Amino acid sequence: MEYFLIIISAIFVNNIVLAQFLGICPFLGVSNKLSTATGMSGAVCFVITLATLVTYLINKYLLLPFNLEFLQTIAFILVIAALVQMVEIVLKKISPSLYQALGIFLPLITTNCAVLGVAINVVTKEFTFGQAAHMLNLGESLVYAFATSLGYGLAMVIFAGIREHLSMNDVPKAFKGVPVALITVGILAMAFMGFSGMVK
Amino acid sequence: MSNRLKLITSGFIKNNPTFVLLLGMCPTLATTTSAINGMSMGLATLFVLVLSNMAISALAPYVPDKVHIPVYIVVIATFVTLLQFIMQAYTPAMYETLGLFIPLIVVNCIVLGRAEAFASKNGVLDSACDGLGVGLGFTCSLTVLGLVREILGSGSVFGWNFIGGHDGMLAFVLAPGAFICLGYLMVLFNKIANKNK
Repeated sequence: MEYFLIIISAIFVNNIVLAQFLGICPFLGVSNKLSTATGMSGAVCFVITLATLVTYLINKYLLLPFNLEFLQTIAFILVIAALVQMVEIVLKKISPSLYQALGIFLPLITTNCAVLGVAINVVTKEFTFGQAAHMLNLGESLVYAFATSLGYGLAMVIFAGIREHLSMNDVPKAFKGVPVALITVGILAMAFMGFSGMVK
Repeated sequence: MSNRLKLITSGFIKNNPTFVLLLGMCPTLATTTSAINGMSMGLATLFVLVLSNMAISALAPYVPDKVHIPVYIVVIATFVTLLQFIMQAYTPAMYETLGLFIPLIVVNCIVLGRAEAFASKNGVLDSACDGLGVGLGFTCSLTVLGLVREILGSGSVFGWNFIGGHDGMLAFVLAPGAFICLGYLMVLFNKIANKNK
């Protein structure tokens, strides 16, 4: 039951893009086409889950026993950078077309604040999912990370769909490009606000 | 001298990180619930930007090309950790409010962007000026966005309530307002910038 609440909360109620404002740059950057948006969400999904697993273990077995919590920021970003490099190498080998399509945004996952944000959130914040506030354990962290990245993918795919239609419409000159996209995201965020209060 | 002044001022309009370069969107949207929060976030970023720009421009000649990105990130992360200590000690309330977005300065594209595009190729003083200019431009945009959202959302200016007794439009303090305000401000900025051309 608790896992179910975590999933609903991470995907809909506290959607990472529309409610927590993480990972906006790639969200605006690669959402022009539906296919790149799906590819990007897949890569982000993989990296977030993997990064959370590794950083959680590093935090628990390396930083906490030696009272080195202040190194969290530095240690985590290094782990994420290494992971992204690895994903890049694997993807280049397995799916060159996807690698081409993602282009510059793949190395940019390193500086996607969604990844570092989730990793830091999981080890520092207390969560309440239907019961008393507590730190997440490893299983819950992984479910939370995975569900969060699914929420990222959902927002990205919805937005890319809207944007494909938007590009064919006649938009006033000053609104063209990013401004109208931002206003659209605003309306989308308003729709997602309807979920708030569903999970405490 | 005038050259350095130009470096500082170009961060405001021509290379404005928020409205022109579209960098650092996450803190821009997340921390501008009020003018004072936006300004604090801007100043925190300014601090990291100036120091990391200086350190990187000094280190750049000695860093092998292949590992330059990880090295830059570690330098930036070090200054962010320093900033976390300073804010925890002197402004604990603001540290709580900005929360996650202080450590996230590490992954703010503005900081790494300036390191890569400017600091790695220029002298220490020039890089400091560049960091100062871009940082001030960022602070300004965040303060303006925070101000607009605060006026619309809670009817106050820098915490001073001017409509007395009424609540503002809550939506502008919450997530949707952030996107919509930034969108319209960008339109305004485009209009003005195009007219000046």
